[in-house]
Amino acid sequence: MASLTMTETHVTDSRWIARGVERISLSRFLLCLAPWFVLLVIGVYAAGLCLFYGLNQTNMDNRFAFGLWIFLDLGIIALGAGAFFTGFLVYILKRSELKPILNTAVVVGFICYSGAVSILMIDVGQPLRAWFTFWHPNTHSMLTEVTFCISCYLLVLSLEYIPILLRNRQLRKLPSFLIFEHQLHKLVPVLAAVGTLLSFFHQGSLGGLYGVLRGRPFAFRDGIFIWPSTFFLFILSAIASGPSFLMLVTATVEKVTGKRLVPPDLFRRLGLISGVLLAVYIAAKSIDTLIWMDFTSPAMGFAPWLSYMHKPFGTPILFAEIVLFGLIPAFLLTYRRTAAKRGWLLSAAAMACMGILLNRFVLTVQTLALPTLSFDEFLTYTPSWQEVASFAGVIAYGVIVYSLSYRYLPLFPAQKGDETHVSGR
Amino acid sequence: MSARYGMVIDLDRCTGCGACMMACAAENNVPALPKATNRTGLTPMLVRKVSNGRNGVAQREVFIPILCMHCEQHTPCVSVCPQQAVEVDRATGIVMQMPQRCLGCRYCMTACPYHARYFNWWDPAWPAGTEKSLNPGVAVRMRGVVEKCNMCHARLHAAQEKAAAAGKREIDPADYVPACVEACPTGAIRFGNLADPNDPVTQESHSPEAFRFLARLGTEPKVYYKSKEAWVRALAEAASSTEVQHG
Repeated sequence: MASLTMTETHVTDSRWIARGVERISLSRFLLCLAPWFVLLVIGVYAAGLCLFYGLNQTNMDNRFAFGLWIFLDLGIIALGAGAFFTGFLVYILKRSELKPILNTAVVVGFICYSGAVSILMIDVGQPLRAWFTFWHPNTHSMLTEVTFCISCYLLVLSLEYIPILLRNRQLRKLPSFLIFEHQLHKLVPVLAAVGTLLSFFHQGSLGGLYGVLRGRPFAFRDGIFIWPSTFFLFILSAIASGPSFLMLVTATVEKVTGKRLVPPDLFRRLGLISGVLLAVYIAAKSIDTLIWMDFTSPAMGFAPWLSYMHKPFGTPILFAEIVLFGLIPAFLLTYRRTAAKRGWLLSAAAMACMGILLNRFVLTVQTLALPTLSFDEFLTYTPSWQEVASFAGVIAYGVIVYSLSYRYLPLFPAQKGDETHVSGR
Repeated sequence: MSARYGMVIDLDRCTGCGACMMACAAENNVPALPKATNRTGLTPMLVRKVSNGRNGVAQREVFIPILCMHCEQHTPCVSVCPQQAVEVDRATGIVMQMPQRCLGCRYCMTACPYHARYFNWWDPAWPAGTEKSLNPGVAVRMRGVVEKCNMCHARLHAAQEKAAAAGKREIDPADYVPACVEACPTGAIRFGNLADPNDPVTQESHSPEAFRFLARLGTEPKVYYKSKEAWVRALAEAASSTEVQHG
């Protein structure tokens, strides 16, 4: 796409944009965002229907009690893991070469988590009772741990986002904001450490949600200490896909704006991290699947092959998860020749993200579709337009928040000055 | 002394008349839901028809009343609820649901292997005039919460109050009988205290014809089934799923 330049402005917002940074005109910017605003309005309307009339607006039912929303929530929380993992690498492991991607990681993480929490609030039957989990917590429930950690981590992400927000050209002029931003910035390494701890537990507990389901032998896994194996698999898969998703977001922004925002070497670095972790995850998942097939499932009276006899959930889906969207992208991301080519690198990153989404889909949808009683039927489920529109609204919200952040905030170090000459530090 | 209430359902006696479902709905103020489908209705007691999958004279069918199995061990729905809206009553063994504390996250529904939990997808409503027939001892549930069989807990309360008024600590077993048991015209559903070895229901649960669904999950359900037919008993295990068809 051609580079967009600042021209034809009547109503201008240039004083809010950092000095020396080129942005398209306000009217053109708003025009570009208009479709996303329309999608957001439709999403808010659909969500309003669900809140006002109840969850009968969805196509979920007593057997398919979880649906599109839970699958996509798990997906975007996994993809948003780039936020905590990049903070961990930069502040704890001192990998300063990843600093150029740090701010965008925080914004992407904030969007993913706030979007997921918004959808969860629609997805429960009594949203006004959400505080009950804090007041009457069941300490044995994985969902309690998820609720606590996601709430706290969203607060941490907000605190990490505020210093970026206060670096806006106009907001910096307010001395109190400047001092606040400076003080908050000092806390960022601490926040990164807290965020790592919280994310470790809630990413794991999201996997644990399914692993503890003794009544669903397809999902149930034996435990390591108190955690089922899915606890660890979810952490591994999230930190494997997070850097890939950051790479995809940054590459998309570079494509749309026609600017080089981060040094090319950074993509290779992110790809290597993602690829190595993906390989470790796939190895662990393969071992876990074999243990489930040979021991866990038969011990509960379920022949494992029964879980793969219902179309479209045959063995090809397992092959796709482990080989097509696992081993192949892991190889492409780590092999020097393919990693050196941007096309291969980004395609592999997209495949890695799709693999993690497929894993969340299988655990949510296949688990519920499969029969448990011998006379149960294999069930299907198609989300209603309200479910699809609500989630599309969240995607629109993400695009709008990211676009506004990119326009008015220094997301990339290069934005501080001339973006065509990137130093990388 | 704590009780372990449970049931034995003789499938050879069940005619599929649905009286248990009607009695359950009337006793527990289950609302009329004209828009509900067979996947979104409220049926704490649900009679399912299962065929042996054969044709002609070899064809056999059985009616299986499905309700909460009141699992004793690793109770799947209890450990998952984030806000303690589900618990196993240590005094009775009944798995209790507290709709007034339920968030409506439906995690317990995904955890239940028997699909015996139901979500209130709609506001409760009754045809004009019929609300006068509601049971005053049972609170109606609001939209957005999960409910299930609680073995007619209101009847247990009434029995306990009666015993207390008479100065007794233990209830008279004849005073506590769930509505489905009372309504069954063939006496197929029997209710008793499984902790009492002399209770006829306990003895019946030890019969070689008695079985429990998905017993290998290790959840120790307290609802037993009974049949002289081998193919019906084979339904207990998931592995037989290729043999039968759901009617």
